[in-house]
Amino acid sequence: MSGFGALIGRDLKLAFRAGGEALTLVLFFVMVAVIVPFAIGPDRPQLSRLAPGIVWIAAFLSMLLGLDRLFRADDEDGSLTLLRHSSLPLEAVVAAKVIAHWLVTALPLLVATPVLALLLSMSWEQWGRTVLALVIGTPGLVSFGALGAAVTVGLRRGGLIAPVLILPLAIPVMIFGVGMLDPLAGSGATLFLIALSLVVTAFSPFAAALALRAAGE
Amino acid sequence: MTLASGDLGSLGMAVMNQPHRPSEAFAPHLRVRGLTIRRGERLLFEDLAFEVRAGGVLLVRGPNGVGKSTLLMALAGIVRPDAGTIEGVERTRLHLLNYRSGLKPRLTVAENLKFWRAMHGATGLDEDAALEVVGIDGLGGLEAGYLSSGQLRRLALARLLVSKRPVWLLDEPSAALDAEGEALLGRLIDAHRASGGIAIVATHHDLMLADAAGVETLMLGGGA
Repeated sequence: MSGFGALIGRDLKLAFRAGGEALTLVLFFVMVAVIVPFAIGPDRPQLSRLAPGIVWIAAFLSMLLGLDRLFRADDEDGSLTLLRHSSLPLEAVVAAKVIAHWLVTALPLLVATPVLALLLSMSWEQWGRTVLALVIGTPGLVSFGALGAAVTVGLRRGGLIAPVLILPLAIPVMIFGVGMLDPLAGSGATLFLIALSLVVTAFSPFAAALALRAAGE
Repeated sequence: MTLASGDLGSLGMAVMNQPHRPSEAFAPHLRVRGLTIRRGERLLFEDLAFEVRAGGVLLVRGPNGVGKSTLLMALAGIVRPDAGTIEGVERTRLHLLNYRSGLKPRLTVAENLKFWRAMHGATGLDEDAALEVVGIDGLGGLEAGYLSSGQLRRLALARLLVSKRPVWLLDEPSAALDAEGEALLGRLIDAHRASGGIAIVATHHDLMLADAAGVETLMLGGGA
């Protein structure tokens, strides 16, 4: 098995073995959707109109909350230092970790979206567009997140600093993500979201590796 | 030969005056010249120079906080020196062993080893053989979180065996090891030297090496 695959495999194993940590984010995601109808009332047309925004807020927040552990555990036990001596360049190490992180945090959200669709009385068509928007947008969110996580990895109790740091950067993802869900809008938002996600995903391993190298000193 | 940091400047010159040799493909040859490292405002060492040839061992000694670990981190390419050059140690040709062993408590012993073998190159022993050498065979299926600290240290040593790399940077390798473990460590370093590898060892303990020839001591902090 190549190092790249081995790293993804290890991170997946750890996520599922660590006592369902991956599931806490999904629970948070669903919880937001559960409480919203109570907060704004059971008016179905209104709920359905607000649904795309609510789903994006829920996804956005749960992705941000999961960021901190992207590099922290590996930094604390020394894995990150040892990975710098692996046959993979650090950029590839970061890319593998970002892919694993997406699989652990974003994929479960996509699987949980039917529950939200039901709770927020979304139509099937609306649900389909939402899933598509999340599929396109979440790699961008994770990649922005990798930057924030790499920059704050040296802080003892980073906690919420990484999410706060990357929030302004990640907001365009949400703007175009929600824009894509407007049935009357053209394909502009979709193209912008794709472009944004691709660019960030391509560049963030290099930027994050740079930050990790600086943090090691 | 014992080096005190006081006369390192002149030694650095002596090293530099040696004719330059073409770099050998496999035999490691570590050369450090004029190495200066600061941590924050504090100057840890200045103008440090030494060299270790294939089969050599360098013991780095000195009181706590004198910069032994930082020196190893600099050799490992993690800490950037303020001045000086380090030659002959490449990122993918070294093993670093320190108190942060990169082992995951929730993975089994064999899974941990297999992972590092995949990352650092499957050029050495396979997992079972390495576990047998370090004396924790039979524990491969156990989660690493259940190991004692001595067993964890043995597992960390097994990581050095599954990927063959010429330069070992060992930071207090005998920590948590019992007497038998220290003897094992000595044997591992002996075997590593015999195959042409070099080891830089920061330690307060004496290593149990079979042959003291080629073992040099670098005393940091000027103390005896």
